[in-house]
Amino acid sequence: MSAAVAAVPSWVQRQSRNPNAVVYTALVVGALIYPTVVQFVNPEQANPLIGLASDAGVYVLMAIGLNVVVGFAGLLDLGYAAFFAIGAYTYALLASGQLALSPAHHAVHLPFWLLLFIAVAVAAACGALLGAPTLRLRGDYLAIVTLGFGEIVPRVFRNLPQWTGGVNAVPAIDAPSLPVWLDGPWDNGADLQIVHDLKLTAGQPVGFYLLMMLLVFVSVLLVRNLQRSRLGRAWMAVREDEVAAAAMGVNTVTIKLLAFSIGAAVSGFAGCYFGAKLSSVSPENFTFLVSVTVLLMVTLGGMGNIPGVIVGALVIYFVQYKILGDLPGWTSSIGSSLGLPGKTVTRLSDLATDLNFVVFGLILVTTMLLRPQGLVPSRARQEELTKGTASEAVADVMGTA
Amino acid sequence: MATVVGALRQTRGALSGHIGGWLFYGIGLLAFLLLILPRILHDPTFFFQILVLGLTDGAIYALIALGYTMVYGIIELINFAHGDVFTLGGFIGILVFSLVGLVPNRASNLGLALVPIILGVMVVTMLLTGMVNVTIERIAYRPLRHAPRLAALITAVGMSFILEGIMFVWKGPNFVQSPSLLPAGGVVVAGVRIDASQVIVVLVAVALMVLLTYFVEFTRLGRAMRATAQDRDAALLMGIDINRTISLTFFIGAALAAAGGIMYGFYFNNLRYDTGFSSGLTAFTAAVFGGIGNIQGAALGALILGLIRAFNDSYGQAAWTDVLVFSILILVLTLRPTGLLGMRVPEK
Repeated sequence: MSAAVAAVPSWVQRQSRNPNAVVYTALVVGALIYPTVVQFVNPEQANPLIGLASDAGVYVLMAIGLNVVVGFAGLLDLGYAAFFAIGAYTYALLASGQLALSPAHHAVHLPFWLLLFIAVAVAAACGALLGAPTLRLRGDYLAIVTLGFGEIVPRVFRNLPQWTGGVNAVPAIDAPSLPVWLDGPWDNGADLQIVHDLKLTAGQPVGFYLLMMLLVFVSVLLVRNLQRSRLGRAWMAVREDEVAAAAMGVNTVTIKLLAFSIGAAVSGFAGCYFGAKLSSVSPENFTFLVSVTVLLMVTLGGMGNIPGVIVGALVIYFVQYKILGDLPGWTSSIGSSLGLPGKTVTRLSDLATDLNFVVFGLILVTTMLLRPQGLVPSRARQEELTKGTASEAVADVMGTA
Repeated sequence: MATVVGALRQTRGALSGHIGGWLFYGIGLLAFLLLILPRILHDPTFFFQILVLGLTDGAIYALIALGYTMVYGIIELINFAHGDVFTLGGFIGILVFSLVGLVPNRASNLGLALVPIILGVMVVTMLLTGMVNVTIERIAYRPLRHAPRLAALITAVGMSFILEGIMFVWKGPNFVQSPSLLPAGGVVVAGVRIDASQVIVVLVAVALMVLLTYFVEFTRLGRAMRATAQDRDAALLMGIDINRTISLTFFIGAALAAAGGIMYGFYFNNLRYDTGFSSGLTAFTAAVFGGIGNIQGAALGALILGLIRAFNDSYGQAAWTDVLVFSILILVLTLRPTGLLGMRVPEK
């Protein structure tokens, strides 16, 4: 026992040199103290800020899922939002009054916790469905097929108003209720005594925050274990050299299908949560911009590295919704304090609003040009990118890379 | 699952090569005719009217598709930003027109003297847009030429966003009017109205394509391009300046897209910062449909796609047209990745 205690400092020391361990620790600590810190720092904005963080979780989940497809298996997916849409609509249709208006004539109200699994299963099935015909396509052709799929899915939801409400969205989706053992008979209609306000309703984002932490934790655990399994090694083998992997006995067909399926499954979580939190789902939520945003998160964070993509997702989400959201306000306040005429100030803040797209594109391009391994890179990928490998040079000459 | 993949592989095998191509597209054509034949017989005039519309759209798509197919042919990059280069070309065109005093909604009384002015503006616009695209290639794509392919593709997506953002800042979120300089008249042949503007759009597209074909087939630079596309290293050993050839390809692609952008502005008169995204995707589908890397294929594919879109817009439901186009894209890519005229085999 004492030996084990003595080993702790050296273990900590070793881990502190491992960037992934540091990032994981920082993320866990940050996630745990965030709601409390926010209460102290900015009490009147606390609820919106906690809500913002839990919504960022939606993108964290998607980044983790897309990382399986793009980062681990090396299959570029430009239509990932489709699976998000499928997850969200699965929840929306099976937990609202929408189906009563449809030709089915029966409203379905399944509980959130069951639908989590159903949505994941549906998304995974769709992932396999898309994966199957594209399996033998080369990287960039695959990207285009997934792009097409990503464009088709929201349009189908939009064009079937009798089922999905079309552009008018599915309204009034059920909020999740806590399972009996948490909300149980001791409750007597009052809040839990230990955890106040643990209710999954729109006005109280702490419940959703905890729910999101749970979903992210489960996804990270699952995906991380998969990465270190036989399947994970097979993904990376296929990514590096498909022919060699096949020659080593890896069943590339199954492996790629599983990558698509599992990647899509994680976004089923995200979709389910999204529908429950927003309580309305419309086709406009799943545009190409969403797919690109998630891809951007994965590349910026560090393709193939789970803590990396989480950091990437958080950074991009923060940039998109906080910095770019506040930028017009900042510009106008700086402008007026500099004594610029009112018209110029308005124009400047308009410009700051409009620059959204440009900033996004610039982040993508500069990441690729200056730090293609990402913020928190996977070590293997970093080595490969900085030093290059013989096999890539050969592939380059052969024109088959 | 193995049976599905096996069946897929067999289907794809059966549909490869010349005979397979005839089979694949024959089945497609047959299905199309079966769907539409009763309606053609019911009202042939309407059918030919849609045909004219579809051909005109197709001619514009062709000008965009050529850029995709040429760039893919030479460096195997799906130049995602190409659709936005097309829009940019349209906007630059509007700018240059306003510089020579031709602004929207003001009738010009120059008559035939307008023709050389329009041609001059087009040439200037094509040069400017071409230079923009060459700069993009130099900054964003060239450093990544030896990087993993995904890196270049992601950069292209980023470039597309930057261009759209710049155009959004420049022109705002609304549709921008172009000076309508095409003559308004038209002729009616057997009940089918053919506008002069449609004839001119098609003529310009055809003329540019003929020029391009001549350039690629019969000039030294064109030969250099074909050599580079075929085998970059061998071309290098033959003393071809690879970088210059690739720049040239980007230049020509953008110049054609700019001509398309101007024509789009004249003909539809509603150009917006994100017009290029959807038109670009359709044009890319056309390039794949015709066999990516193949110039004639891209033109043919664009005409067919223009027709398909026009027919679905009028006989089917317009809301489903995009779904149809993307479904065709997926179907072609999965079952016959070499496309209509075929060139490169995209399987490993």
